[in-house]
Amino acid sequence: MAMMPYVSPEQVMKDRADYARKGISRGRSVVAVEYDNGVLFVAENPSATLHKVSEIYDRIAFAAVGKYNEFEQLRVAGIRLADVKGYQYARDDVTGRTLANAYANALGSAFTESTKPFEVELLVAEVAAEAVELYHILYDGSITDEEGFVAIGGSAEALNTRVGEGFSQGMGRDAALRLARESLGAAGDAPIEGGRLEVAGLDRTRGRRKFFRLSDDDVATALG
Amino acid sequence: MRLGDLQGALPEPFDLTGPSFSALLQRTAPDALEAALAGRVDHVEGTTIVALTYGAGVIIAGDRRATAGNIISKRDMRKVFEADGWSAVGISGAAGPAMEMAKIFATELEHYEKVEGGPLSLEGKANKLAQMVRANLPMAMQGLVVVPLFAGYDPREDVARIYEFDAAGGRYEERRFATTGSGGRDARGSLKARYRDALDRDAAVDVALEALWDAADEDSATGGPDLVRGIFPLVVVIDSQGYRELDDSEVSERVQSVISDRQQA
Repeated sequence: MAMMPYVSPEQVMKDRADYARKGISRGRSVVAVEYDNGVLFVAENPSATLHKVSEIYDRIAFAAVGKYNEFEQLRVAGIRLADVKGYQYARDDVTGRTLANAYANALGSAFTESTKPFEVELLVAEVAAEAVELYHILYDGSITDEEGFVAIGGSAEALNTRVGEGFSQGMGRDAALRLARESLGAAGDAPIEGGRLEVAGLDRTRGRRKFFRLSDDDVATALG
Repeated sequence: MRLGDLQGALPEPFDLTGPSFSALLQRTAPDALEAALAGRVDHVEGTTIVALTYGAGVIIAGDRRATAGNIISKRDMRKVFEADGWSAVGISGAAGPAMEMAKIFATELEHYEKVEGGPLSLEGKANKLAQMVRANLPMAMQGLVVVPLFAGYDPREDVARIYEFDAAGGRYEERRFATTGSGGRDARGSLKARYRDALDRDAAVDVALEALWDAADEDSATGGPDLVRGIFPLVVVIDSQGYRELDDSEVSERVQSVISDRQQA
């Protein structure tokens, strides 16, 4: 019988965390910024169809970085959870907190129990009448509640500092977009062109479905 | 791999029911779609829904009365529902299952749109609804028939279409107009006499209201405009701008003019 070499649990977890972090840091970042009417997600994304930001439910949006196939699976799972719950109870009973917890549980158990952790980092946002709830979920299932703005992905740390310097409570949508783009440009090596930005978000002044996505033309107009 | 709360929710690759909400519901909450009922039950039914195309789009309108036998059980019933931003479904038949079908259908379309990142084609929507009607056949055999009428605008082809169904799930496209419900026959006669190609919107709304009036005139299970309580038919217009319901005030105005025309005649 082959003997398994002893590896301490600390080492196993550390290796997995390193593995996941490395995968995530290879991808491009997403910035979420709260503005007067809701929350705006801005991402560097060369693809116009493989989205990083998408709609989950009436007031809930999802953004992710890392491995596309993995967060796409999680995105669809979130839509399923929300739609089934909203159908069985009421639309108002579907909350961002429940969804964020489900993601945290899923990522947490995959991190400890499977051979390979998810190489993803997620944001779940929900707009209410007054506030925006912003949940940040890491590859190991740890979850934090963010205030105002947050960046995820490879250059998150630099981005958070950058956005923090320019952020002010109640800023307009275009101002939030400009701030996010400047921060992304500054954090990356090269300044990014407008056409490579994916911009979407939640706007509480819209009807039942608060989610919106800006086209390249809208982005160009907004950036002026 | 165990995935906590998401167990069973993660999509399988090449799952043939992928973006379908009703298939998901069947898997995760089969009770929600329970069809087995013993014997016939008393239920609420009786309706007239009319739909007609006009120059720029399509109009779908329905009366507001719900009946159980000879009893009027509700006077302000909604029978035309927004399916998504570009289509509407009008329902006739047993109220409970019909409203449930409209709700699942609307969720179905939104679910598909979110998962796939874009809406179904108009024909795809109609086919999905036909499948749902067909799935209701066991209940229809026990008396809980649901017959929807589906109208929508296809922004890709800039064309409005109407689809009729039968209780067995047959799907029939109509270019001009269609009706469903107990007063459908009378409404159809009225539409046949008044319908013209490429009507303008206001004229088309009048034609729809006249047809509902004629149906209510002949069919006790179809309600006419209730001037005392201020309850008017629900009129939905779908054109290149999408789905919108006309205000009660606007419908009331059109109804008054239809009435005064008839008084003079």
